[in-house]
Amino acid sequence: MKLRVSHGPHLFARETTQTLMLDVIIALMPTTLAGIYIFGTRAALVIAISVISSVLFELIWQKLMKKRVTITDLSAVVTGLLLGLNLPCNVPLWMPVIGSAVAILLVKQLFGGIGHNFMNPALFARAVLLASWPLHMTTYNLPQRLFFGSETALSGVDTVASATPLLSIGKLTNTDLLIGNIPGSIGEVCKVAIIIGFIYLMLTKTITWHVPVTFVGTVIIMSYLIGVDGIRAVLTGGVLFGAVFMATDYVTNPMYRLGQCIFGVMCGIIVVVIRKYGGYPEGVTYAILFMNCVSPLIDRYSKKKIYGEVKKSV
Amino acid sequence: MSKNDNNLRGVFINGIFNENPTFRLVLGTCPTLAVTTSAMNGIGMGAAATFVLIGSNVVISLIRSFIPNKVRIPAFIVVICTFVTMVQMLMQAYLPALYDSLGIFIPLIVVNCIILARAEAFAAKNNVIRSAADGLGMGLGFTLSITLIGIIRELFGTGMLFGNQLLGSGYEPMLLLVLAPGGFIVYGLLLGIINAIGERRKKNNKGVTSA
Repeated sequence: MKLRVSHGPHLFARETTQTLMLDVIIALMPTTLAGIYIFGTRAALVIAISVISSVLFELIWQKLMKKRVTITDLSAVVTGLLLGLNLPCNVPLWMPVIGSAVAILLVKQLFGGIGHNFMNPALFARAVLLASWPLHMTTYNLPQRLFFGSETALSGVDTVASATPLLSIGKLTNTDLLIGNIPGSIGEVCKVAIIIGFIYLMLTKTITWHVPVTFVGTVIIMSYLIGVDGIRAVLTGGVLFGAVFMATDYVTNPMYRLGQCIFGVMCGIIVVVIRKYGGYPEGVTYAILFMNCVSPLIDRYSKKKIYGEVKKSV
Repeated sequence: MSKNDNNLRGVFINGIFNENPTFRLVLGTCPTLAVTTSAMNGIGMGAAATFVLIGSNVVISLIRSFIPNKVRIPAFIVVICTFVTMVQMLMQAYLPALYDSLGIFIPLIVVNCIILARAEAFAAKNNVIRSAADGLGMGLGFTLSITLIGIIRELFGTGMLFGNQLLGSGYEPMLLLVLAPGGFIVYGLLLGIINAIGERRKKNNKGVTSA
């Protein structure tokens, strides 16, 4: 008989990286499908290319560097999916590929692979694409619902580029905003689907409420304070998507509950400040990336006293 | 005599490879990041810095025994300033376009760490010929490095090289590379690659000597 001696605690959890990532993928499915329904086959193509190229880049890098191949933990799939959902549906098809390269190679693998990235890879890739090709990234298409082959027939009429949705929300009703009948990035438009994903993540205990609720709450309150309808501020742009799926990334988040609340509140404040005073119409990307960078600092100051720890005399 | 020649060549080569100011010593990062938006800027900045470096190294080496130790840094700065002012005026007169594109970074050569570091670490302790060789080697190392960064940023950030359209009109330039973050990313990646190569070579050399 073989006996293994190991340290306590001897706990067994069914959770692995793979099951967590699978839960995130399941939670992303409603908004993915809604995005594909709203924007058509082109959106599916962008998402597919993004996911496949992310996984391939991870595979190639790990083969080349002679590291253990970890694509089965599904984290590259999640990164690719998040990146695809963060793009407008009519971007040139090489853009998701470059975005995946930036996310997987630059942000994730060069900093040491899964668990070592200091920023959300998909979000940083989006920021790179936005700074590099601003025209493609801010040409949002109206909900076009173009499927299989009808693209070419209707492209003249229905792919009219609109200004960013934040600048022209006046004409849209709250119902339109809620079900996603608005121009925008593929994954961010259908708020109902995002909320379904949020509920799923909460039920499976994949994430806690702290970051998303404080983030969205702060945006609502801050918007009212500066004289903007707070509910509409949340229903437009990427606040909900960012708060639920981007800001809750384990690696780039503070570890303690108090820190996560600070993280969420600060994200919300930065979003509203950028929207109101910044040069960009939307600030969710930069808010979350900035807070990613300071989350180690938040961790340091929000650490709980461990029971029995003696307070240092000042 | 031949040993001395070898030594001189060693001092010269040192600045280009082993102690490359940009990639090994990581000095002068401010101009490295700021002016490398094009290859021509890299060459221009490199040439200006090389001129100042050789001049200040030679002069400081010549007067090194007269400078009281306590005021050596101000003395070095005065010498460096003289050469920087010369470069600035020459460039303004003969290369106005380059002068405009480098802008504030020409006078800022005064506070370029490479020049002060070489004055302090090398010219103040070595004879004139060796100091000149060191200045030339370091200057060339700096020029090559920032030109390399400039080439990468200009080529992919604008699709051009030395102002000529190189990548076809179908290429959509990656604007990020000519912006500030692009400078940091390209510099960081090159720094990593070059240090990885250096580590590998060191390891291989060790393997050879021990075998």
